[in-house]
Amino acid sequence: MSVWLLDWRVTLRVSTSSTIPGFDESALVVRAKAGDMEAFSDLVSHYERRVFRMAKQITQNDDDASDVLQETFLKAYTHLDDFQGNSKFYTWLVRIAVNEALMKLRKRRSDRTVPLDEPIDTGEDEVAREIAVWDQNPEDSYSRDELARILDESIQSLKPAYRTVFILRDIEEMSIEETAEALGLSISAVKSRLLRARLQLREKLTRQFKRKGDDAFAYL
Amino acid sequence: MRLLTCKQFLQELNDYLDETLDPKMRADLQRHVEECPNCWVVCDTTQKTLRVFKGMEAQPIPGEIHSRLMAALEKRMRDDPRSLCRRKTEV
Repeated sequence: MSVWLLDWRVTLRVSTSSTIPGFDESALVVRAKAGDMEAFSDLVSHYERRVFRMAKQITQNDDDASDVLQETFLKAYTHLDDFQGNSKFYTWLVRIAVNEALMKLRKRRSDRTVPLDEPIDTGEDEVAREIAVWDQNPEDSYSRDELARILDESIQSLKPAYRTVFILRDIEEMSIEETAEALGLSISAVKSRLLRARLQLREKLTRQFKRKGDDAFAYL
Repeated sequence: MRLLTCKQFLQELNDYLDETLDPKMRADLQRHVEECPNCWVVCDTTQKTLRVFKGMEAQPIPGEIHSRLMAALEKRMRDDPRSLCRRKTEV
């Protein structure tokens, strides 16, 4: 029997950077599962920004996002033995975070049905109302903060059912299958919601970024 | 070669952008988008929409939120050390 000594007075390393030099997720997970606190701390430091951003995008609230962030990593720590490595660690983390964030939404909207169970448009009325080329690359036209504000406002205007699918698929870059599994949805439901989300965001951003000369009403 | 309507093009737009279509369907969509200015604009601006969101970097989290998280984790590790070292002691 091996003796495993851990100094529980050790303070977790506080990192201000999201990038760990030579970051190797699999190796860190193996070490964390073996009880290496520093390895778990590295995983936290590497992913906390993305988990917080996702939580904030879903809950639209700093306080709720902070709670989600904390609960996500506490649960990940407690249930690390349950992580079998069949998916990426981050995908597993996202599943926990999404569940926590959706619980926040459900509590806040206790007078409503679960957001993800909302009736979804069938897509029969999918149309593109704003058809105009964009002025130029938004990245070149706006400051980082201004662009971030525009994107935040656009994504927050989506219904939760669309927003959550878009966040997982197009921001967190999970596959359709991973998104479906994380949200407990069918593949076809994910695809349908994703199309709606993408088209709605395109409409919103086109209103912001379209080339003015293409708009007959731009000078009225 | 099948001629698609704009509605059919929109319905397949996701798979077209994600490049998950079979070659035949992709060719049909490609032909439509080359011949239909409106669908070309929708396709182009949807691609740009995805690109601008994918390029959005996660900002550093507020210091107090980071501190709160680390404090909670330290406490959990002190209170529940077995969850991570159980395997070692069971060997």
